[in-house]
Amino acid sequence: MYTERVIEHFRHPHNMGKLANPSAIGKVGNIVCGDVMWLYIRVEKDDQGRDVIADVSWETFGCTAAIATSSMVSDLAKGKTLEEAIAITNQDVAQELGGLPPVKMHCSALAADALNEAIHNYLSDRKMPVPDALRRRHEKIEKDVAALDKRYKAFLDREQTKGNTAAAGESAPCS
Amino acid sequence: MPDRVYLDNSATTPVAPEVFDAMRPYFDSAYGNASSLHAFGREARRAVEESRATIAEFLHVLPEEIVFTSGATEADNLAILGSAYAPGRSGGHIVSTKIEHHAVLHSVDWLTSHGFEATLLDVDATGHVDPDQVRAALRKDTFLVSVIAGSNEIGTLEPIAEIGAICRERRIAFHTDAVQAFGKIDLPTPSVDLLSASAHKLHGPKGVGLLVVRKKTRISPTMHGGGHERGRRSGTENVPGIVGFAAATRLAAREHDEVVARMRRFRARLMEAVASIPGTRLNGHPTDSLPHIVNFSFQGIEGESLVMRLDEQGIAASTGSACSSPDLEPSHVLVAIGVPLSMAHGSLRISTGRQTTDADIDRLLDVLPRVVKDLRDLSPFKVGEATCTPSE
Repeated sequence: MYTERVIEHFRHPHNMGKLANPSAIGKVGNIVCGDVMWLYIRVEKDDQGRDVIADVSWETFGCTAAIATSSMVSDLAKGKTLEEAIAITNQDVAQELGGLPPVKMHCSALAADALNEAIHNYLSDRKMPVPDALRRRHEKIEKDVAALDKRYKAFLDREQTKGNTAAAGESAPCS
Repeated sequence: MPDRVYLDNSATTPVAPEVFDAMRPYFDSAYGNASSLHAFGREARRAVEESRATIAEFLHVLPEEIVFTSGATEADNLAILGSAYAPGRSGGHIVSTKIEHHAVLHSVDWLTSHGFEATLLDVDATGHVDPDQVRAALRKDTFLVSVIAGSNEIGTLEPIAEIGAICRERRIAFHTDAVQAFGKIDLPTPSVDLLSASAHKLHGPKGVGLLVVRKKTRISPTMHGGGHERGRRSGTENVPGIVGFAAATRLAAREHDEVVARMRRFRARLMEAVASIPGTRLNGHPTDSLPHIVNFSFQGIEGESLVMRLDEQGIAASTGSACSSPDLEPSHVLVAIGVPLSMAHGSLRISTGRQTTDADIDRLLDVLPRVVKDLRDLSPFKVGEATCTPSE
């Protein structure tokens, strides 16, 4: 079902955990779907004065593919200029892993989205110009999240009315 | 992989050596078609009928009330679709529950898209169906009630005898999917009109199941052909499979007390040990349960990852996680018992078999806390933290 490279990244994920002093965080996914990805980036100037992703890490709640794509996108983004990192797509992530089963392709999209969101947040937090393509993707991700929230409102409401106080992993406080 | 530990016996079980031995001659020496007139055929027929008698005796039903099928999915389909299209019926209402196996749920769904109506009952937080709710859901046109005997996901046992009595009173057919319960608990077959079971959950072969159809229960066949199984299920009998099913049943009856006592002990051990890992919950009923199934949720981690990590350590278990299903929603059973979403994706089903040993359970309990910690280290949801904002 999974390629050897997927299994390898799942077994020994790269760049996992929190990042000390991140410049920005991208948070994507939905607890109802069972995938939540938080991607941390630290941006620094390189010797040519360009913004570079000096360090990257992630925390992921999800399946084998979600963990492997998190690991892969962090490898792909590390050391890249923001411009280069913006160009990383879900196809790049899936391809580098030797492919993903069709039902798991959303995991690669999630990984690319997390990177997109982290860069978007980095730029917009600093009132820096956000490239059009990045903004469009950000708007689409936000729309998708809203659609999911709407679709799963019944699920989430039911849980809230039950007065469930489970501390971790609640959907509502994450969004 | 050396020393693999198999704790997924509710998915399937190894064929027991004596079952395999009983089946073997029917592949290459006594290979006749049980419908043939000649000696080869008569030999096969004798084997099928002796097997039928063995299983009938075990279930306290008549041999002619047993219809062999290709498995429990076919048996469930035959029970539900066969009742819906029984001679003389047109349309009507079915009562079932939200925690049925998909073989039942999707059959009922299919009927509702073909002019039938259905009520799917809720269950309580442990997975129990309330017989009073069954009674309240019955309508004038209700022709079938279908309730699982013991949940394949969480193990909870349902009040089959009580529900059967209510149906009897109202002259409504009652079906139970007893796939996991068969051979594990005493099934109240007198209260049941239709009952599905499968051989491979009980150390028998895959590809053979049965539907008990009590004498006065009318069903229409769903397989049409040469009129086998008294016209209720056409298709050449799977002779080695049926012989294997009977051998597995005999074995289960002989070993029942010893094996079930061991399974109960394993289940209690697992419940106690997992409770000591923070952020866990038992899904299902602590005691009113099938002996071989136990289901836990682990906060902050996802079930498929957990199963894969255990697999790396040579341990086979399963999850109710939906992450390989297209809709990505968590298990319908866990949702029905109200497992919080933060935990519904992180479920682990452990199921034991006659071959399971204390050493297998030791091995799982040695590995499990480490694997849970390892995956929680990767997760943004930290167990015990008040919110899920990152703590920097």
